Amino acid sequence: MRPELVTLIAAIVKIAIILGFVMTMAAVLVWMERRQSAMIQDRIGPHRADIKIGNKRFTLIGLLHPIADAMKSFFKEDFIPPKADKLLHSLAPILSMAAPIMLMGVVPFMDTLCLQSVRQNLWAEVPRFGTCAAASTATTLPPISGQIVDINVGILYIFGLAGMGIVGATIAGWSSDNKFSLLGGLRAASQLVSYEVAMGLSIVGCMMVYGTLRLDEMARWQGENTWGIFVQPFGFLLFLTAAIAETKRTPFDLPEGESEIVAGYLVEYSGMKFAMFYTGEYIELVVSSTLVVALYLGGFHVPFLHRDGITLAMGDAMLWHKGLPHLVVIALQVLIFFGKVTFICWAQIFIRWTVPRFRYDQLMKLGWRMLLPASLVNIFLTGIALIAFDRSGLATQDTFRTLGDGFNWLVLIASVVFVLWIAFGMVTPSKFLSRREEQLARRSLPAKAKAEAPAH
Amino acid sequence: MAQPLVGKIQYDRVKGKTVPRPTHTASEQAYFVEVVKGLGLTMRHFFKNTKSMLRGERPDAVKDPLSEGITTLAYPEQKKVYPKRFRGIHRLTLRSDGSPRCVACLCCSTACPAQCIYIEAGEYPEGDARRGYERYPVKFVIDELRCIFCGYCVEACPCDAIRMDTGRHPVPYDSREQFIYGKDMLMSLTSVEGKQVAENPRHEPPDPTHPGIDRLKGAH
Repeated sequence: MRPELVTLIAAIVKIAIILGFVMTMAAVLVWMERRQSAMIQDRIGPHRADIKIGNKRFTLIGLLHPIADAMKSFFKEDFIPPKADKLLHSLAPILSMAAPIMLMGVVPFMDTLCLQSVRQNLWAEVPRFGTCAAASTATTLPPISGQIVDINVGILYIFGLAGMGIVGATIAGWSSDNKFSLLGGLRAASQLVSYEVAMGLSIVGCMMVYGTLRLDEMARWQGENTWGIFVQPFGFLLFLTAAIAETKRTPFDLPEGESEIVAGYLVEYSGMKFAMFYTGEYIELVVSSTLVVALYLGGFHVPFLHRDGITLAMGDAMLWHKGLPHLVVIALQVLIFFGKVTFICWAQIFIRWTVPRFRYDQLMKLGWRMLLPASLVNIFLTGIALIAFDRSGLATQDTFRTLGDGFNWLVLIASVVFVLWIAFGMVTPSKFLSRREEQLARRSLPAKAKAEAPAH
Repeated sequence: MAQPLVGKIQYDRVKGKTVPRPTHTASEQAYFVEVVKGLGLTMRHFFKNTKSMLRGERPDAVKDPLSEGITTLAYPEQKKVYPKRFRGIHRLTLRSDGSPRCVACLCCSTACPAQCIYIEAGEYPEGDARRGYERYPVKFVIDELRCIFCGYCVEACPCDAIRMDTGRHPVPYDSREQFIYGKDMLMSLTSVEGKQVAENPRHEPPDPTHPGIDRLKGAH
């Protein structure tokens, strides 16, 4: 088979994977957000939409609610205000949904797949370092890169397209011919522009450390050394804050501002157009989580899982090695990447339901007077640290490499402990205190006082 | 100070309470520590509630509504019991033979401030022991849309024939016709305990304890 054809087919398959994941996640996140917020606020959440087969009702733990919502949106009236700009009014939801999906094109969700060695031997192992041999002859299968678009300015492409989201919201606000919409659009424009600056500058530290703009090489660097969150902890916080602000979710949901400007730029949208904005918001959430994972949480890497298999090491000392077939490694990487993204989405939903909204001047102050200088400081500190690292002796550099492995161990142990904690927690039965008992427990009175509490 | 804005009120005499400006500690101003604390709180609730939902262990929402954890009532399936004196939908109490206790005296419909009760009285057939002594309702209709649930009909009734102890609140229907409860409907309803009769006994005309019969067959 010709190499170009293989590349084309691979690209289509990768598009299907990414699009499938993003659109599924957007629907699942709607459910996740509602159920999770219910659990946080001691409620049950949506769980009643059902499919009846015979006499049995299947509610699928509420997963049918997004489907019901989508069906409702399809059949609702698509209202365009009489004096609205019809073209722009229809264009805005498309822009705000398409731009974040396009961002996913440069995010690598697996390491480079060496098709040629897999064709020769299905259970082939590949060496840890170096990439696959390029297609030399017409019959050699080309290596398949981990992202859809293999461009060398990955992160700049992301910044370019992230700006398109602003255009969608702003156009929506302007074209609706509604004052609330206009206010919302203005807020969206100024907020997103402000935080775009902080977001861009907070990544610069990352680029300096990794020495590349390509997201797949960033992931590879993190796999060989340690995760970006340990190299750039400050940058991680700045980027996370800016990324949440870019998704326009609470505490940064001022463009929608339900209490003061009704729903901001969404006021005049109904039916499927509103649903597109809504989906776009969740796609943005997925995309921002993806970027956090790719830049700071090791991308598709799990500690000690390399291209050739599992290698437990501490500095130069290799403790244990187990070779794994190339296909297995790639499959694990894809699963781990999507798992990490889901986890970060989950964490972001927590932030949304924990932190109250900013006031608008506080928002601008945070963006321009705190995040922007902080990210500049981060750049300078990173530069100084890098120069110091380069000038230091080999022994110091080795110490830092060992420290990197130490962080890898930390991640591994922390995740194992987390999983075990959840498992043990699920096994032990729950204990509910009545309101009186709870108050007594808060005051940490002795058991005698607890026994006096009225029995329920 | 500037001149007072309104009338002759002397503002310097108004005693105000000086509210101190809120002070923030360094960790509060840094914002991050407080966010982490808040996340801890929400996560505690999340993990606890998720676990109890997955394990199917929830506090009894009816008996222990103030407990910690999820105490939401799944309404149509789970219901909160109304207090004993709650005035719900009416019911017509029955005699031991299944006929209504109502004697069609029209006291309830007279007392009704909303005029929602309509009664058509009828005589018992020839040969019935109650004929000539009391009547029975051929029609007994309550328009539940007009009813204001004041309970005057219950108080007016001399025979304990109408009660509001069903423990049910008015149910929503699709059309107005469905809100008009007829005699059969009212007789079929039960009290909270499931009873269709009233507690106090009724002395029927054939009974020897019936005072009316005694008077009829008396010496005079």
